[in-house]
Amino acid sequence: MHPAKSVILFTTASGAGYGLIAWLGVLAALGLLPAERWFGFVAFALGLGLVVLGLLSSTLHLGRPERAWRAFSQWRSSWLSREGVAAVITFLPVGLFALIWVVAQANQGPAAAVGLVASLCCAVTVACTAMIYASLKTVRAWSSRWTLPVYLVLSALSGAVLLNPLLQAWGLPLAAPFAWVVLLLLAAGAAVKLLYWRDLDRGAGISSAESATGLGHLGRVRLLEAPHSESNYLMQEMGYRIARKHAARLRRIALVAGFGLPFLLVALGLALPGGGALATALVAVALVALGLAVERWLFFAEAKHVVTLYYGASRA
Amino acid sequence: MTSLPRDPGPVKLGLVIDLDICVGCHACAVNCKEWNTSGHSAPLTDSDPYGADPSGVWFNRIHSFEVVEDDGDSRTVHFPKSCLHCDDAPCVTVCPTGASYKRAEDGIVLVNADACIGCKLCSWACPYGAREYDEDVGVMKKCTLCIDKIYNENLDPRSRVPACVSTCPVGARHFGDLGDPQSEVSLLVAAREGYELMPEQGCRPVNRYLPPRPKRKPERAAAVAPAAMPGGVETAGLLARWVDRMLSR
Repeated sequence: MHPAKSVILFTTASGAGYGLIAWLGVLAALGLLPAERWFGFVAFALGLGLVVLGLLSSTLHLGRPERAWRAFSQWRSSWLSREGVAAVITFLPVGLFALIWVVAQANQGPAAAVGLVASLCCAVTVACTAMIYASLKTVRAWSSRWTLPVYLVLSALSGAVLLNPLLQAWGLPLAAPFAWVVLLLLAAGAAVKLLYWRDLDRGAGISSAESATGLGHLGRVRLLEAPHSESNYLMQEMGYRIARKHAARLRRIALVAGFGLPFLLVALGLALPGGGALATALVAVALVALGLAVERWLFFAEAKHVVTLYYGASRA
Repeated sequence: MTSLPRDPGPVKLGLVIDLDICVGCHACAVNCKEWNTSGHSAPLTDSDPYGADPSGVWFNRIHSFEVVEDDGDSRTVHFPKSCLHCDDAPCVTVCPTGASYKRAEDGIVLVNADACIGCKLCSWACPYGAREYDEDVGVMKKCTLCIDKIYNENLDPRSRVPACVSTCPVGARHFGDLGDPQSEVSLLVAAREGYELMPEQGCRPVNRYLPPRPKRKPERAAAVAPAAMPGGVETAGLLARWVDRMLSR
């Protein structure tokens, strides 16, 4: 599948933003975060900024962005519509939670309840994003049972990696124990991604050139002549092949940059004093951003659509 | 509403394509383009049509496949493909805006171009490649089964069939109600063991394909040919056979 930059930015940025806000809600409810104004302001600005950036970016690949509001209407059947509705609903508890935290400097009691609702809404929105892809039977790499866990874990992971330097910068007592959570999530992220790739490499796809043409009873089917001498929309959108050539190398880059090196850096941060821990946490953010961008690019570029069976592929 | 019709009617209009007859002339695709570029989903935009990298919107395309049999013998099968107007059309249910819909009255799947946001998700959901994106207008387009032709009362009743069907020079394309088991197309499908494409994708397409008829193998043809050859000695009259025997000495 063609890896559109707008969609890669949408899924990674909004995933990280929702992850960060979800952590704020959960940790506040556990009484682990002080309702300090400027910490809240920076954390919510970062989280909401990423969410808004992602959502705006997602409208960039639309042919008619000015009609995007129409996408809120078909939540009964469409995961894309559900995602849009969930994203809009999520702004309510998140905005309220941020307002109480920053203005009233409160995150306990009723404020904590609002925070938990906000966290839940964030998780639901990320799940809807994952289901847009996971519900497409035509793309085996996406209909994998690991797609939903990958999106949820990577969202929680990227949010936690972003929260980590904030905790360090404010010198909060939660910083050291939370670094262990980050380490755990980095390991979990690598694990779900490896399971996803193992699943992808093992299966062969339920459709073939034989079933696509229905000519399998006669023999082996191969494309003799394409409909056009030139490319067409379907081939450009669905027949993206560049990544498969470099897939193994790109997977290693995603694993090392997205999970391996950040793990070492955050572990190192545990042994360093405040300033060193902050520096390693910030470098970890940059590395996770790079790793997840490569991971998400591969999620699209490695995915093979069954329509390619009509354009020379033998299995999808 | 992009949910599929809760109460689909009995009528399922669709195409039956005879792969035994199709000669791969592309006339159906050309006439499709001709009719539809001024029809319901007009225009079927082309970009750079006379340049180095032409591309454009087509609702119908003809692929040619080679089928290699176990003994190494092979045959060419020309394979026209357009929207199959599925009963469980995933392009309809994934649509976030309601632009994509399936008509309850005849099963035709259409796009309301005024509501489409061009998110392309329907093209990702369709296993058959029936969805087209018009770069120029920024919306998705697709085969309408020539909805503006098949119900057009200004046309002669014989012409009220999709453009691809009326133009096929060899009669490889048939149009009718596949929901009615007694319709001409349904009887044809039953007689020729017509099939659906990729049933494993679960879309329950309406269109059917008729398989190529069994091929005559060369050795069988050789065994049969002399007997069928008119004017052979074996089939000749008594006198001719006597003359043949005399002269063969």
